[in-house]
Amino acid sequence: MEQVVINGLILGMNYALIALGLTLIFALMGVLNFAHGQLYVLGGFVTYYLYGVMGLPFVLALVATAVTLAAVGIVMERALFRRVLRISSREESSMLLAAGTALLLESSILIVFGEKQRGVPPVMTGVYEVFGAYVPAGRAFVFAASALLVAGFILFMQYTRPGRALRALAQDREAALLQGVNVKRYAMIGFAIGSALAGLSGALLVTVFAVNSGLGTPISIKAFIMIMIGGAGVVSGAIFGAFVLGFVEAFGYFFIPGSITYLLIFIGLIVFLSLRPQGIMGKPWG
Amino acid sequence: MTTLRRLARAAALGVSAAILVLGLAGGAAEAQQKTLKIGVLGVMSGPAASWGLVNRYCAEAAAQMINEQGGWKIGGEKYKIEIIAIDDRNDPKVSVAGAERLVYQEGVKYIIGPNVDTTAAAIVPVIEKAGAINIPYAFSKRLYSPPRSNSILGMIASYQAGPVIYKYLMENKGVKSVSFIARNASDPLNQRDEGVDAAKRLGLKILSSEDTYEPGTTDFFPVMSRVVRQNPDLIVLSGVAPSDAPLLIRAARELGYQGLLSTETAQDAKILSEVAGDLANGFISVGGASTPAIRSKTMEAFVDRYVKVAGEWNDEAGTKVYALEMILNTLKDAGPKALEDVAEFKKAIPAFQMRNPFLKEEKTLKYVGSAYFGQPRQIGVPMVVNVFKDGDFETLFVGSVEG
Repeated sequence: MEQVVINGLILGMNYALIALGLTLIFALMGVLNFAHGQLYVLGGFVTYYLYGVMGLPFVLALVATAVTLAAVGIVMERALFRRVLRISSREESSMLLAAGTALLLESSILIVFGEKQRGVPPVMTGVYEVFGAYVPAGRAFVFAASALLVAGFILFMQYTRPGRALRALAQDREAALLQGVNVKRYAMIGFAIGSALAGLSGALLVTVFAVNSGLGTPISIKAFIMIMIGGAGVVSGAIFGAFVLGFVEAFGYFFIPGSITYLLIFIGLIVFLSLRPQGIMGKPWG
Repeated sequence: MTTLRRLARAAALGVSAAILVLGLAGGAAEAQQKTLKIGVLGVMSGPAASWGLVNRYCAEAAAQMINEQGGWKIGGEKYKIEIIAIDDRNDPKVSVAGAERLVYQEGVKYIIGPNVDTTAAAIVPVIEKAGAINIPYAFSKRLYSPPRSNSILGMIASYQAGPVIYKYLMENKGVKSVSFIARNASDPLNQRDEGVDAAKRLGLKILSSEDTYEPGTTDFFPVMSRVVRQNPDLIVLSGVAPSDAPLLIRAARELGYQGLLSTETAQDAKILSEVAGDLANGFISVGGASTPAIRSKTMEAFVDRYVKVAGEWNDEAGTKVYALEMILNTLKDAGPKALEDVAEFKKAIPAFQMRNPFLKEEKTLKYVGSAYFGQPRQIGVPMVVNVFKDGDFETLFVGSVEG
């Protein structure tokens, strides 16, 4: 049982980092970014080359990955989403654009980085025994780093000027505009942060799970499950949803055969959404 | 001046005429060389992209080498080999559309692929109706057994390798109990069921076989915790993809598992080394059929070319190199009629044999599989069983489907 709880905790924290970027972009722009998983994969590959192939220190590779993915996010927002959101008021336009971007990114990643799974040397080696459960040092490191990043993100959103502007934008775009918030600029910053978070989760998790070009869609699906559970566009909801999914997976895989676990997760999700479509922490009015 | 102009004009006309004549002659020479189109149909994007891309890179590398030698001779005429590759995205609908394009639009009669049971089964009607032959990497016996006769298995199936590996481990490592884990998809689940049957027949105690994981899983700790808790002598990773194997191995070892791990599918040493490192030492898998220990010079030349085409070597290519080789050599035996009529190709199959060009030792290469399918519908690639050690595969033993 100890092992199951530890597995759930680590899984939940990893998932939280993945879900945060997705929920941030949704909150700011109302865009369901289907390319989120592909941004995660891109982050993993950038770190693979910087840390695994070129041998840069891991922290430096992490920073460089965040900057690279932020730049990719800026390009996506400025070149694609800004224009489509300006000229089309239909929600499906941005959804189709996001789906197209996901395919474009996935194909580009396959062409540039190849079809093989890639892994990097572990940042930390060894296995700890915690309350009778095995915790590899690499996973403990990723857990701690993810926790720090999640905490840093919450503090940034809560106590900094750009963070407050982003929250204002997420809560009421019109009011934020009237209060003098540069909406275009902060939408771009939000997209950059969301993309950087996806890249950072890929960069951290490539050290324990490796990465391959086809991983994007399954990651996006899990991220969507998390934010649907917690409430799309709500930061605390994304974290909550991530831990729910992490623990359900950990307990499910341990106590019932694997194929039933995800079947139950999807049935549970359908039932849950039919009762509370806005998620645990979301508001019914959006 | 006028004379000079005339001379210049005459010279220009002469040069133009020479260029025209040379061009026509060159064109005629090119037109004389016929082209033999070979299709490659398989998954080349998404999580299983490596399976189909290896087929494509193998065919392209081999075709380049043949074309540089002037082409492939069939019935006294040399053919330039053209590879037409289509990504089926592991989707049966796309696979059918791809097969239709190959056979009807491109006029292809010989196709390498697809990679899994679902896509391979989906294109059977297309292949049969169009009178084509394909070499899938799917294990379903129905594809290769009568009344089917147009598909030829391109590798060793799990139900052929599994019993051989289990028996070896029982006799040499004292294995008595086994647990199975598989991806929740039709091919790996079939392979698990066949592995369980084979293990039961050999008298192994099955501790668990119901554990599965979803495609796209990255964290295998939760599912492996349950398997490791059984503490079997052997954990079989049924039908495991090269991307999942190192993560499963790593999770098992980090959870304190000390027993043996094996699979009946081909793996990649570099991926194992990068992702699992020393934790993968002792992992047993069916190898690409040409490990360094058994390679001929022809195989080494192919490896060099493959690296140029694909960027780096993939052990799986050691098995998949056989498909084009067998198609072309059988066509050579069957004669030019087989280029349009696959019945001629099928007639040549039972008697076909050649020296295996990829092995250092002198071995015969032929079509096998009669014991499994009731007819020879499998390429007789060597069954190489490898063990991973310190970043590379070592050959444990080499067997064959025919025992």
